[in-house]
Amino acid sequence: MKAARGTQRLALGVLLAALATLCSAAEIPLSERRSGYADLGRETKAMQDDDTANPGMLSVLEGEELWKTKSGTEVKACADCHGDARASMKGVAARYPAFDASRGRPVNLEQRINICQAERQQAKPSAYESKELLALTAFVAMQSRGEPIAPPDDARLTPFREAGRQLFFRRQGQLNLGCNQCHDDNWSKRLAGNLIPQAHPTGYPIYRLEWQSIGSLQRRLRNCMTGLRAQPYEFGAPENVDMELYLMWRARGLPVETPAVRP
Amino acid sequence: MARALINVPAKAKRGEVITIKTLISHVMETGFRHTTMGVRIPRDIIDTFVCTYNGEEIFRATLHSAIAANPFITFHTVATESGTLTFTWSGDSQFSQTETANIVVE
Amino acid sequence: MSKREHATTRRQVLAGAGALAGGLSLPTLATPAHAQVQANPAALAIAIQKVVGGAKINDGKVKLEVPPLSENGNAVALTVTVESPMTAKDHVKSIHVFAEKNLQPNVISAKLGPRAGLPMVQTRIRLADTQDLIAIAELSDGTFWRATGNVIITLGACLEDG
Repeated sequence: MKAARGTQRLALGVLLAALATLCSAAEIPLSERRSGYADLGRETKAMQDDDTANPGMLSVLEGEELWKTKSGTEVKACADCHGDARASMKGVAARYPAFDASRGRPVNLEQRINICQAERQQAKPSAYESKELLALTAFVAMQSRGEPIAPPDDARLTPFREAGRQLFFRRQGQLNLGCNQCHDDNWSKRLAGNLIPQAHPTGYPIYRLEWQSIGSLQRRLRNCMTGLRAQPYEFGAPENVDMELYLMWRARGLPVETPAVRP
Repeated sequence: MARALINVPAKAKRGEVITIKTLISHVMETGFRHTTMGVRIPRDIIDTFVCTYNGEEIFRATLHSAIAANPFITFHTVATESGTLTFTWSGDSQFSQTETANIVVE
Repeated sequence: MSKREHATTRRQVLAGAGALAGGLSLPTLATPAHAQVQANPAALAIAIQKVVGGAKINDGKVKLEVPPLSENGNAVALTVTVESPMTAKDHVKSIHVFAEKNLQPNVISAKLGPRAGLPMVQTRIRLADTQDLIAIAELSDGTFWRATGNVIITLGACLEDG
């Protein structure tokens, strides 16, 4: 009897744990997803909406100049191969990270630009988070503004996206929290004075008021990791790219907003 | 070289009040912050902004550390004649940048 | 300023309340990096006196627009408008903005004249904390006019530098 009751209790416990896992593992239904833009204050929205007031546009402007600047031992500009970015780069940011066959793994937009610089221009690649790389990335990504995020239907990406998903749900750091616990389970609630967003990377590189500058998605991811008291992955680390891949898939269909403004 | 974004209407009617928006890339380091080692980061701000319209000063602002990074300033002027608006930002560490915009007044 | 070190500000209280409301126990996350900010009435009075001299400051004619609540103190939208016909005889000469709790109370001083057409200045400012703002306009007749406003700065939990 005693043993049976114990088994029963154990079974119930397992069931509850499974239910809890199911609940907390619930992803946001497609119909309920929204960009962080929706929760911005009126003034911050206005800052993003007006290209003559959006400080992220300063970086876009610099990127436009760099696009036309000849560089490297090949003395080539991006424009020499890709022409008018308005046409050639439209929609590109909406489908990155993308699979790079020569590397056998996905690369994000910054890495793609860097690969181009190193291989096509024979130039020194730009450092992660450098003004130049952010500017070129912002300029390229802005050409997709308004386009729905459309991760490529490429089976080679699947294991990497799954790895990113695992990271999103993995409890990390001294606070022992998974990304999902804030951004899937508690979005729209508050953490101190700020609203918890769904964390869709719709507008990167973003101009963040806290940073007082433009910054990449990986900077933001590292920022979150520090918040969890976890050791952030290095800029460009495969884990960060896998996470980007998962986040873009999670945000599929939402329009690109680059350069977005966030608090 | 810092970058600037200036928005002036290309055309205006004589006597019309036009809106001028300016945005310039600058850190606006306050002078009140310290490094993690406790060393004070020296102030590095734009402290003066001047706009002239065909050579005549129409707007001037003194900025302090409380102006947000990448200063954004919007003001107005009456479109009097066709010509050039000149914008000059200057400040710490010999910072100085000048940009111009043309306007046609009909 | 030993007072500055010991005072529990509203910001800290809000921070604590926020963490609780979120159902999360994150005291370290909720500790603001630059928490204690107090008004410095003497510095503010001196800054204003430098502008107006001994003149009387009247309430009215000036409109100070700021968001009642700002998500971040690093870039708060500010608009100052003054009622004036903006003629050669009757116009706004200058607009000054002060913040009571910033280490330096001066924010911006703008010089304009009849050619401005519309006496309105917009910018984005830094506010160290929730505080009052004061806008003062000097008219061509030598009079000074004032408006005040208040901005609540909400405190973010997930700041980059901890």
